[in-house]
Amino acid sequence: MGDVNRSLVLEGSEQGYATTRLDALLGWARKYSLFSYPFITACCGMEFMALTSPRFDVSRFGAEVPRFSPRQSDLLWVVGTVSQRQGPVLKRIYEQMMAPKWVFAFGTCAASGGFYDNYTTVPGIDKIIPVDVYIPGCPPRPEAVLDGLMLLQDKIQRNERRPSVVKPRFDPAESVHDMVRLRRSAADPRALLPAMREHTKRNVGGSAS
Amino acid sequence: MSQIVLDKLRERFGTAILETHTNYGDDTAVVDRGVWKAVATFLREDPALDFDMPVDLCGVDYPNRMPRMEVVLHLYSVSKGQRVRIKTRVGDDDMDGAELDSLVGVWPGLNWLEREVFDMSGVRFRGHPDLRRILMYPEFEGHPLQRTYPAQKTQPLVEYRTEDEAGVPLNKLEPFGADEGMPFGRKGLPRDGTSPAVPGRRRSLTEDN
Repeated sequence: MGDVNRSLVLEGSEQGYATTRLDALLGWARKYSLFSYPFITACCGMEFMALTSPRFDVSRFGAEVPRFSPRQSDLLWVVGTVSQRQGPVLKRIYEQMMAPKWVFAFGTCAASGGFYDNYTTVPGIDKIIPVDVYIPGCPPRPEAVLDGLMLLQDKIQRNERRPSVVKPRFDPAESVHDMVRLRRSAADPRALLPAMREHTKRNVGGSAS
Repeated sequence: MSQIVLDKLRERFGTAILETHTNYGDDTAVVDRGVWKAVATFLREDPALDFDMPVDLCGVDYPNRMPRMEVVLHLYSVSKGQRVRIKTRVGDDDMDGAELDSLVGVWPGLNWLEREVFDMSGVRFRGHPDLRRILMYPEFEGHPLQRTYPAQKTQPLVEYRTEDEAGVPLNKLEPFGADEGMPFGRKGLPRDGTSPAVPGRRRSLTEDN
């Protein structure tokens, strides 16, 4: 036990305690124990399932526990299109959650209504409830959602409530252009595979922190 | 073979069959709205026809025609492997007189389809057991698939948040630039997010490899 205690003590404070600010401690505790309420209405739900499956494994971020009562959850995932008819339901669910609470707008439809610019769809859930992180994409890739989750954790730690948006780390069109140029430059496409893998690793997989 | 259905209809109803045509084996008959239910009953009960499956029912608005609303019924005969499309036209410019006999007594499966046509196109079905909206909410006014319904008109059930209340712009934003989003932990970005340079400008695959 002595060794365990020693490892928790900050260097230079051998009295056996460490100091921090209360809000920083609370933020640190909150950001790693997010209880999720999935409000899933449409096709983005598939991507939510991918996110929670072992390949992308959202539980690495302490946000894997879904609660199917809004009273027990503090992170509302609005995943998919919200119709006008669902508006009151969404608002009521949000109001039932206990503070502090955070909201994800998962996918373009939840964020802005997407291409459903018509009589039946809410043009973005921020018309009804506050949103902390917008995750655009139709649907967003799980990596984008994990980016959003890290963004939210950062915001929780800093007690920052201004809404923010997940954006790609590089321009996908530019990358496709690169790929096409590379493909056309080679006689045998198989010879390009190592270079393409390296390209993907560098631009997509390699930068997760 | 495929003309048999139309021939029988013409023989039985005479001038009440307003038009017929056959394209690529698809038989279509436009009938007078007065014989709508009689035609349906005949198609259902004649042993040589035996149309036992109502595939679809929908309304199509032609605002320049008189009558303007076309109701289209698609039928299939499981035993004969035969399909037919029956149309009728109802309603003047103000959708007055847009009434039809309900066919729920002939095919019970048309119950919800007639409710949908009523909801979307505003055709009222006489004798329907429970004619109310099926997709839109009861508070909704008008019928969205009528061409006279304004394309941008929405009827929210909950009042939208105002920009003052939200503290952020709620209208759809311009596309985000390279310096927005992701204020934390990115390569080449200061942690306070003060001077967000282009985050880790991607190297081109073909230039400096």
